[in-house]
Amino acid sequence: MPFSLVDFLQALAAGVLVGSAYALMCVGLGIIFGAMRVINFAQGDFLMLGMYAAFYLSTAAGLSAFFGPSAGPIVAAFLAGPIVFAFGWLLHRFIVARVTGAGAAQIEGAGAYGQILVTLGISLILQNGGLIVFGSTPTGIRTPLSRSSWEIGEVLLNQGRCVSFVVAVGLAAAVYLFLSHTRQGKGLRAAADNSQAALYMGIDVDKAHRIAWSLGVGITAVAGGLVAGSQSFQPYTGFDFVIVMYAGVVLGGLGSILGAFWGGLVIGVVQQMSTLVLPYQLQNTAIFVVFLLIIFLRPQGMFGRLSERT
Amino acid sequence: MTLSLPVKRQLWAILGFAVAVLALSAMLKSDYFELVLTQVLLWAMLSVAWNILCGYSGYFSFGHAAFWGLGAYTVALGMLHFDLSPWITIPAGAVVGGLAGALIGFPTFRLRGHYFALAMLAYPLATLYVFQWLGYQEIPLPMKREAPILYMQFANPRAYVVLALGLLVFSLLISLRIENSRFGMSLFAIKQNEPAAEAAGINTWRWKMLALMLSGALAAMAGGLYAVVLLVVTPEAVFGMLVSAQALILTLFGGVGTLWGPVIGAMVLVPLAEGLNAELGNVLPGIQGVVYGVAIIAIILSAPEGVYWRVRDRLGVWLSRRQTEPTVPPGVGSIPAVPREQRAPVGDDLLILRDVGISFGGVRALDGVDLTVPEGGLYGIIGPNGAGKTTLFNVINGFLAPQRGTISFAGEPLIGLRPSQVCRRGIGRTFQVVRAFPRMTVLENVIVGAFVGAPDDAAARRMAAVALDQVGLSARANAVAGGLTTRELRLMELARALAPQPRLMLLDETLAGLGHDDLDGILGAIRQLRADGVTVLIIEHTMQAMVQLVDHFDVLDHGRLIASGAPEAVVRDHAVIEAYLGKKWAQQVTEAAK
Repeated sequence: MPFSLVDFLQALAAGVLVGSAYALMCVGLGIIFGAMRVINFAQGDFLMLGMYAAFYLSTAAGLSAFFGPSAGPIVAAFLAGPIVFAFGWLLHRFIVARVTGAGAAQIEGAGAYGQILVTLGISLILQNGGLIVFGSTPTGIRTPLSRSSWEIGEVLLNQGRCVSFVVAVGLAAAVYLFLSHTRQGKGLRAAADNSQAALYMGIDVDKAHRIAWSLGVGITAVAGGLVAGSQSFQPYTGFDFVIVMYAGVVLGGLGSILGAFWGGLVIGVVQQMSTLVLPYQLQNTAIFVVFLLIIFLRPQGMFGRLSERT
Repeated sequence: MTLSLPVKRQLWAILGFAVAVLALSAMLKSDYFELVLTQVLLWAMLSVAWNILCGYSGYFSFGHAAFWGLGAYTVALGMLHFDLSPWITIPAGAVVGGLAGALIGFPTFRLRGHYFALAMLAYPLATLYVFQWLGYQEIPLPMKREAPILYMQFANPRAYVVLALGLLVFSLLISLRIENSRFGMSLFAIKQNEPAAEAAGINTWRWKMLALMLSGALAAMAGGLYAVVLLVVTPEAVFGMLVSAQALILTLFGGVGTLWGPVIGAMVLVPLAEGLNAELGNVLPGIQGVVYGVAIIAIILSAPEGVYWRVRDRLGVWLSRRQTEPTVPPGVGSIPAVPREQRAPVGDDLLILRDVGISFGGVRALDGVDLTVPEGGLYGIIGPNGAGKTTLFNVINGFLAPQRGTISFAGEPLIGLRPSQVCRRGIGRTFQVVRAFPRMTVLENVIVGAFVGAPDDAAARRMAAVALDQVGLSARANAVAGGLTTRELRLMELARALAPQPRLMLLDETLAGLGHDDLDGILGAIRQLRADGVTVLIIEHTMQAMVQLVDHFDVLDHGRLIASGAPEAVVRDHAVIEAYLGKKWAQQVTEAAK
């Protein structure tokens, strides 16, 4: 064994803590894919927007000064959610809705790919527009929590990540309750299962999609705000997370929210554990490998179902 | 393909394009513009390569940067470590790209649609990290002042324009060749309905792999020359997302699935993005990406089929006036049915199923089915919904592999063969829900089916015309399949399965959804089949028609064969009526009697 038990437990703990933020991102992406069957390339860039929103809220808007340097960034991460939610709402209203749901019927040529391509376009604009607006210098949100740890035995638990773990799990649970217990959540799931049937049942599918899209990007933005407390970021950062998110969502089973959560968590653990045996630069390659393995061996994921008829 | 202009005119167009590019190059005043022009040509070539796989077959790749990057690194590392000239390493890069295509395609073509696109995304990005880890962050190409021409290091940038143009023309010629051969037609069929293409005898796996390998090879060559032109290679620049995105954005902007679309996209967008970047790059550093982002959104929202089609439509070149429209040669309609080789007399068992079983989860879709169909027989399979009838066909023609039992056809085992191989052995099939290639004409649909039995493309065309005549659809040969009636679609599918002259036809609810008048035409076609010596196995609900048509019934229920025999005997079998057909059948009989 090239590593000790403590190393192993340390990587496992780090994996679970990092994985919780991944899990939250995956829930955001999972809601969008589940409801709309759209592969959203721009999801990572909404994450990046969440990071910058949290950054400016805690610095320029003075939340860190008001709530203190520890609590301020957390509040800022939360508030990044509604901001990106509103932005996503507008994007869906004016662009995305024209290629999904009822609007998709008119799209020919690129076919179902029209949707992916529009999100790819949004992604390019957000990344490069971000470069113009925010500049290319990496930034970070400084919080004392990310520099201190709790010790359990010999294993160190970063306090910032512990707090983000609690927030991520709490928010994911709240979203899950919203989807399973409220009228809107149920409509959303109905629209996801069979949008045609949902339409006939009087559910406004376009509106359900809009809620899903905005909620999805908003939740991912909160996850971004949480991650921003423990790592630096720049306008292209989002892309690093796209594969993380897709790997998590596919692992959990495309369309399953609960699956997305567990998938994200597992990806976090895989990523951190891979550092035990692989060089640091290859930890993302480890995720790709896992991602490809899942797609090939069990494309329906842990919680998904496969159904095909001839 | 029918949608392209005639080959000769396209060749002239390519020549004209090459002359125009050379003239433009001669007029350009600065080295910088020559560089931009070279880049336009190289990105156009990448897009042509992307289009060969993705435009024709419909398998979208978000990972063509993998090939581009491998080509670039082949050139850079070959020069750095082994002192190899790009004259050698660019063709070598094509081999690397082709091999990478084979390696990637082998696992990835098990996936479809979104999954395929997502998996393709992972390859260049994973490779990117590997190259970073290997320490190839930035590879400058060494200057070779002693032998610049040997190492493609020209003082005059116009030489690069000529080289890039040569490669692009080469790619266009390949693309044109594909469009006008069974290769392109097969890819086009795959794009529209892959299972139907496979069942019609198209080896979809082979064509997809070929397309990906060819596409990878061309993309790698373009990437290799790109490295020579830019003199420095970094993982982000050649494996990055922008490369893959650019290939598909340029193609979609210009017109996906067309010869000229990728070129048009590159000619418009690359200079635009490059120009803005040069003018405003200092103030607005990401302007290039923003341009591509806006371009792709604008094109999807306003003209999702691409600029090429828009322009053609505006010019009034309507599809109905296509000059390549294949016309049925006069006289073909009156050719009598093909003389068939003498078949073995009725009685020799052609298809034998023994103890065939398959389960989906806990459901036993087929449970120990024994079935024997003699050559020349016209056998009917009946049974209630969910009895396993279509599953039976799927098992015979290779869509599903049974978990137990044996199937033999003309003495040879069938299990384990791909549907296209089953078709090649002489089994045609139709589908419960018609699987047409909606954007092809009726004749083209049938030609795709004929490939499997035809030595060359001309023969396929003749066989297709004959098959259309057999089912009485010759008059509609040039109609686009998307606009046919149900009856015509059924007949077309029948002709498609019939064209390669199969020994056994599997007809899956061919009569479903047809009115009384339509029924007669199809029944006549089926009787004619049998008269021609084709063995027929037919699934049907329309009982009255079936009793008159077939000479043997097999009754399936819950995956088991529960009765078998002459139609009159089986329909009088009270156990069959009450236990398995129940009131529904009784109603059908009364209705039919009215």
